[in-house]
Amino acid sequence: MSKEEVRLFIGPQHPGVTGNMSVEVLLKGDTITWAKTHIGYLHRGFEKLMERRIYIKSFPLVCRICVPEPDTNEENFARGLEELAGIEIPERAKWIRTLVLELSRLQMFIMWYGGIAGSMGLSTPVQWGIGDRDYILDLFEELTGGRIYHIYIMPGGVRKDLPEGFEERVLKLMDIIEQRLPEYDEIIMENAVVQKRLKGLAKIPRDWVDEMGITGPVARACGFPYDVRKDHPYEAYPYLDFDVITEDGCDAWAMLLVRRREIDLSINLIRQIIEKMPKGEFLARLPNVLYWKIPPGETYVKSEATRGEFGYYMVSDGSDKPRRVHVNGPSFVHGITLLERLLVGQNIADVAPIMVSLQTCPPEMER
Amino acid sequence: MGLKEVLKPLGAWRQIAKRPHTILVPKVSREAAERYRGFHVNDLEKCIGCGTCAAVCPNEAIDMVPVEGIEPKKGDSGFRPRIDYGRCCWCGLCVDSCPTTSLRMTNEYIWVRETPDDFVYIPGYHIKGFEKKEKGYRKDKEHSFTDYHRVPMRELPPEERVETFAEVVLGYAEEEARREADRCVGCGLCIAGCPDRMHIPDYIRAIASGEYARSVNIMYENNPFAELCGKVCTRRCESYCSLGHEGDPVAIRWLKRFATERFSDLKQVIKVKKAEPKDKSVGIIGAGPGGLTAAYYLALRGYKVTVYEAMPEAGGMTMAGIPKYRFPFPSLKKQVDFILSQGVELKLNYFVDQERFRELMKKHHAIYIGVGLMKPWTLGVPGEDHPNVIYAIDFLRKINFKEPVEVGKEVVVIGGGDVAMDAARVSRRLGAEVTIAYRRRKVDMPADHEEIEGAEEEGVRIWEKIIPIRVEDAPEGKVKLVYGKAKMVDQGPGKRPKPVLIEGEEYELVVDRIIVAIGQQADLSFLPPEIAEKMEVERGRIKVNHRQMTSVEGIFAGGDVANRVADAISAIADGLRAVKGIELYFQGKMD
Ligand SMILES: Cc1cc2nc3c(=O)[nH]c(=O)nc-3n(C[C@H](O)[C@H](O)[C@H](O)COP(=O)(O)OP(=O)(O)OC[C@H]3O[C@@H](n4cnc5c(N)ncnc54)[C@H](O)[C@@H]3O)c2cc1C
Ligand code: SF4
Ligand code: SF4
Repeated sequence: MSKEEVRLFIGPQHPGVTGNMSVEVLLKGDTITWAKTHIGYLHRGFEKLMERRIYIKSFPLVCRICVPEPDTNEENFARGLEELAGIEIPERAKWIRTLVLELSRLQMFIMWYGGIAGSMGLSTPVQWGIGDRDYILDLFEELTGGRIYHIYIMPGGVRKDLPEGFEERVLKLMDIIEQRLPEYDEIIMENAVVQKRLKGLAKIPRDWVDEMGITGPVARACGFPYDVRKDHPYEAYPYLDFDVITEDGCDAWAMLLVRRREIDLSINLIRQIIEKMPKGEFLARLPNVLYWKIPPGETYVKSEATRGEFGYYMVSDGSDKPRRVHVNGPSFVHGITLLERLLVGQNIADVAPIMVSLQTCPPEMER
Repeated sequence: MGLKEVLKPLGAWRQIAKRPHTILVPKVSREAAERYRGFHVNDLEKCIGCGTCAAVCPNEAIDMVPVEGIEPKKGDSGFRPRIDYGRCCWCGLCVDSCPTTSLRMTNEYIWVRETPDDFVYIPGYHIKGFEKKEKGYRKDKEHSFTDYHRVPMRELPPEERVETFAEVVLGYAEEEARREADRCVGCGLCIAGCPDRMHIPDYIRAIASGEYARSVNIMYENNPFAELCGKVCTRRCESYCSLGHEGDPVAIRWLKRFATERFSDLKQVIKVKKAEPKDKSVGIIGAGPGGLTAAYYLALRGYKVTVYEAMPEAGGMTMAGIPKYRFPFPSLKKQVDFILSQGVELKLNYFVDQERFRELMKKHHAIYIGVGLMKPWTLGVPGEDHPNVIYAIDFLRKINFKEPVEVGKEVVVIGGGDVAMDAARVSRRLGAEVTIAYRRRKVDMPADHEEIEGAEEEGVRIWEKIIPIRVEDAPEGKVKLVYGKAKMVDQGPGKRPKPVLIEGEEYELVVDRIIVAIGQQADLSFLPPEIAEKMEVERGRIKVNHRQMTSVEGIFAGGDVANRVADAISAIADGLRAVKGIELYFQGKMD
């Protein structure tokens, strides 16, 4: 640190930081010359806790690994467990799970859409994002009995069938959201401030993508057509018709474009799911969950979360508790490795929009 | 980028004319969804304190606590769940696990109090005001963590059964047994229902995990007739199974049968710990399940044991009474042989009379009387001494010892208990048309419902409300039962209605044999008068204390002769209890 530099801690208590983490930077004037992330504020030892619990007791736990998008965790953990235990789940369960995952993605992206504007001081869209997301949470409440933590995707399928008339209410909400989106676009996408600040911001050299293992909308904004839903399809994704969304700007603006298009895609997928969902059983009979021993083995299951590739590496030693569960959250790469390199040379005022663009989620870095 | 991008965002102002999205609490309240996982409620009458909710709770938010006004009883621990909402995460796993479905959640989510202690409470006991709420997360029985459906037991088809004395029940295959065993939630409420307090959840869990030898060893800790019980136990435990409230109880009996049957040589499986030999000896009269259980555990504790048995085979009523299609001889022999292999001496064909009893008193330091009930009750109607009137236990004994018996073409069995069912079903196997005549209704029959169903499947007819009046001779070597009909007279709440003869009507039934199966009584004539006068007998049964000691020091008794429950497992339990009693007696510590 030279005499001209200032050391500054941004977070862990800071409205511009995506959750409880902090970024330590050295500044020369307004320019960042060095950046280091600090995590640990959220470490709850989930992975370790799981090793001491029978499997079923981990379901109310895993959803907490990513607060705004808990369902990916439930789905991955359930699918991993089913794979290890050799359990076939009913067809309908796969479709309901996919519906839940896409609804979850949609609410997350809508909130993000408002959030990216918020990171630049535009607070109106933030309120909108949170407000409109709540209508999706209403659906979750109806379906699962919980608004945020659904604890709904269970080994064997899902806990309850869709309530009467649920499909219609989903479709109706999709129409409402679709009508609403141009209003968002008007104040975000078509906003001079947003365009000026995001275009060219956080430009990622393309070779970093492979080098660091960048995935999700960030990778797709760099022109990499990688989407787990397409490349390693799971649940009902093999039966859905969609193209992987890419942009080639490699900057924060391109990331915004990808995510905005993802919102449209989710709505489209939700409509497809409702149209094609088969009737029938939604939960397979499980062994007694209090004493359920899983045959020895290991597996890695992954899915496409809003932030990128999300994965669970699970090892069973044949007992009723996992020997090891390792959760691979994309934010680990995006929010630490990538962020630290990306910040160098950037303006201090851009830390928040960059973090939001990378959609870093501290709880999934610290399991 | 131009002026458009500067002006466009001002479109946000349009929202000012729209309705707000927020709810103005507390003016407006918002009801949560039908399935919402809010505060719990528990139906305390339905809850049995099984603790399954506490076992599954991921946050240890549930403690099982005693509750004023709820006493522990068989099938109910007396405890109720108390929930700490400082720990609860509203996952509802407890609701999905509750076997009785007493626990559910309401859609209530707002509850404000100043003190945190108010958030630790017993739902249903501490009234919070939302108990009546209908909406909220509930268990869907078919989509929950509880498997309410028993794996069905395969049986010989009825047409084949009546042709043979082969076992009716075919037993579980390994996969079936493990699946059935896995249904057990491990609450242990069944244990109190078992007279012998077997370690039921432990041996069931061992079966579920495929550890059959361990399972049988757990059984042998307090029951050396586990296979017998696996086949014919009255399974009182099953009526206390927590799954039985909303579904089928776990097939505890069949699981025991499955595990024990897997081993033909018990010596290779049961790990016995034998104590150092001691210089005291015990004489046991009667080689029924009770006497032999006492013998087995006394031998393991190092005592010298001799069992005196009047019949040519050991096993008591399980040898002489229970038909072989329910309890085959090789199974009995396997279990008896293992008991004898622990150093138990058995004297067969050794009827203990008064003289011999005096000898035993001199020879042994303690005596256990397990002579059962060997004398049948008689009808007490005129003509009963007709040669075609026979008694079920005599009949069954002859069959079981392969002595020749004739029942003819038509038989009427009088009685409604298990012995009546056995006599009827054996008669069917001998080719007779069989009618069971019972003085109450079918629903009042003390016989196991499976036995009644089994008998009916095999073509046994059941006549209800029949009261025998007299027996007369009939031509062609037959016998005539003259009977009347009964009407059921209500005896007030909680009491069985009483059958009362409808006077003035008489009916006749001509058959080849009348088999009387209305119960058995003890024959204590082998007790020498000096003992008999000191030994308290109450309504036909020898009176014993909590250690099975009679009113005569050093003489213990158990099983049917002392225990009104009169089934094998109660006799086994008595035998086991007597071992402790005899040991305390020897140590001078009888309490
Ligand atoms: C037909 C029938 C079916 C039954 N079915 C079932 C069933 O399905 N499930 C169940 O749990 N229970 C059943 N029972 C009851 C069960 O058999 C008895 O409860 C159990 O056998 C009682 O055991 P115990 O040790 O008291 O004596 P018992 O089994 O009655 O044995 C007493 C023994 O003492 C011997 N003895 C008597 N007096 C003397 C003497 N003076 N000297 C020497 N030996 C003597 C007898 O010969 C006999 O062997 C049935 C009983 C009968 C009669
Ligand atoms: S809802 Fe979940 S956390 Fe709460 S008491 Fe029930 S099992 Fe425990
Ligand atoms: S699981 Fe149900 S029946 Fe058992 S203690 Fe809990 S609330 Fe009561």
